[in-house]
Amino acid sequence: MRAGVIVFPGSNCDRDVAVALGRSMGRPPVMIWHGTSALPDLDLIVLPGGFAYGDYLRPGAIAAHAPIMPAVVAAAHAGVRVLGICNGFQILTEAGLLPGALLRNAGLRFVCRDIHLRVENSYTPFTQLYEDDEVIRIPVAHHDGNYFADNATLAALEDNDQVAFRYCEPGGEVSAAANPNGSLANIAGIFNRDKTILGLMPHPERLADPALGSEDGSRLFDSLVATLS
Amino acid sequence: MKARVHITPKAGVLDPQGKAIQHALAALGFAGIDTVRQGKVIELDLADTDPGRARTRLDEMCRRLLANTVIEDYRIELPA
Repeated sequence: MRAGVIVFPGSNCDRDVAVALGRSMGRPPVMIWHGTSALPDLDLIVLPGGFAYGDYLRPGAIAAHAPIMPAVVAAAHAGVRVLGICNGFQILTEAGLLPGALLRNAGLRFVCRDIHLRVENSYTPFTQLYEDDEVIRIPVAHHDGNYFADNATLAALEDNDQVAFRYCEPGGEVSAAANPNGSLANIAGIFNRDKTILGLMPHPERLADPALGSEDGSRLFDSLVATLS
Repeated sequence: MKARVHITPKAGVLDPQGKAIQHALAALGFAGIDTVRQGKVIELDLADTDPGRARTRLDEMCRRLLANTVIEDYRIELPA
């Protein structure tokens, strides 16, 4: 698998995701500066977490128009897998590659802690090493993770099995109490219709090493390696 | 030509910041406030001299960058 991580000014999880991907791939991904306009041949493009362009205007709004983004959008349309984590998810919605938007957290606080996720669709290149309805533990760290979409978009997401993960209780119950940010239908991550693009607010790269207490996150990267190698 | 773009959350889109402001105003004793919605104002100094053309360009700026029309409405204000 050939993977590339796009680095924006203000990205701060680019090296973490490179380490996590490197563990799964057996070699590091290429790091690609946002200011270039051409991509090498890749099987996977990662938009990492952070605060690209300081979250000015709206999180992801400026990054969505960075010089590298037309090439990312073209590659995504050509079927190259794209993974957006946290700020990367925000960038994907702003770039029009995923539907909906991420609003300010309902509680107005920056939320930084481990949460539980229920796997909603394990029949994708990103999630095949998880089980349907499996509960995994992954950290979140965001101020604007409150997923919103209009009713028609939400219905289409549900009908096409595009919801990847939902915030849940440790036992798997999807409840308001388990929702850290007010996201519609407890949505933590979504696919595009073809399941070639995944955006999620939680950070799988932060629990991808036994030294950190869990490898729940690494199975996402392992899934991609298993699909794309 | 000076222009202003007013960006506000769409009706039906949760505005937690507006809600927090509303609660703070109530705590200060300001009664009778039904809703508060927080948006932003962007001021632009344009080289344009034709208001029609300026409006067309501003509309494109709003759609492509200044507003996220999934969650926000925008209103363009030009000098009369």
